[in-house]
Amino acid sequence: MKAAVIVFPGSNCDRDCKVAIERSTGATVEMVWHGETDLPDGLDLIVLPGGFSYGDYLRCGAMAALSPVMSEVKVAAARGVAIVGICNGFQILCEAHLLPGALLRNDQLKYVCKPVELDIVNAQTRFTAGYGPQRQAVMTVGNGEGNFFADEATLNRLEGEGQVVFRYRDNPNGSARAIAGIVNTAGNVLGLMPHPDRAFEAELGSTDGATLFRSALASA
Amino acid sequence: MRAKVQVFLKPGVLDVQGKAVEQALHGLGWPSVADVRVGKTIEFNLAAADPAAAEVEVKAMCEKLLANTVIESYRVELA
Repeated sequence: MKAAVIVFPGSNCDRDCKVAIERSTGATVEMVWHGETDLPDGLDLIVLPGGFSYGDYLRCGAMAALSPVMSEVKVAAARGVAIVGICNGFQILCEAHLLPGALLRNDQLKYVCKPVELDIVNAQTRFTAGYGPQRQAVMTVGNGEGNFFADEATLNRLEGEGQVVFRYRDNPNGSARAIAGIVNTAGNVLGLMPHPDRAFEAELGSTDGATLFRSALASA
Repeated sequence: MRAKVQVFLKPGVLDVQGKAVEQALHGLGWPSVADVRVGKTIEFNLAAADPAAAEVEVKAMCEKLLANTVIESYRVELA
């Protein structure tokens, strides 16, 4: 099993992701600098980590979405490789048009950093199959612009096609329909604002993030 | 040629910064202020002789990077 974590200038959860994936799955994890024009061979999972890529200049994720490595990430996505964007990584996936919608400033204008309870809305995705009968998960969020937005037609399509994967039980940032995480239509690209990389050991308060990484790699 | 691009959240997209500024203006004694929108301006020089061609270029820049048209609209001025 082999995973890659993309490192953008300003990423700050890249190493957390590496450790979380290694400890929860035993996979080999390579760190890939954003300027690379090639990805390592044989990747089963690519993670875009949280942080403040390019200092959030212009819009969160806007500059990172145009990084050289993102062309390769798009090719890998089209090939069906599992891709997870966490927090800033979710913003980057939206800016790169690998996922619909956008992340706006939180409705209460505050940075929220706390554990959140999530409903696992679709437990049939390759990222959530490992939860089995479990229908709720706890992870932490840490975001100032995590307020998911899409137009009504897109939201209806996301709901109808089972693309809403995680929903906040108590919406912390004004996200449309309390959406915390979505997948693309092909089901291999997941974006979520909560951090599975901060929920992989009991000492961290939750192991629900480890289940997500294990699912993603089990399905490869 | 100097290009000036203004980017705003689309009508209907909640502008929480605009809301906060509006409340602050109300608190300062301007209760008649309404519908505040906070946007950004991006200015740059562009070597182009033909304004029509320049406008096409700048609009392409807006679509590709300067604005996220899922949530934002933009206005281009050339001088």
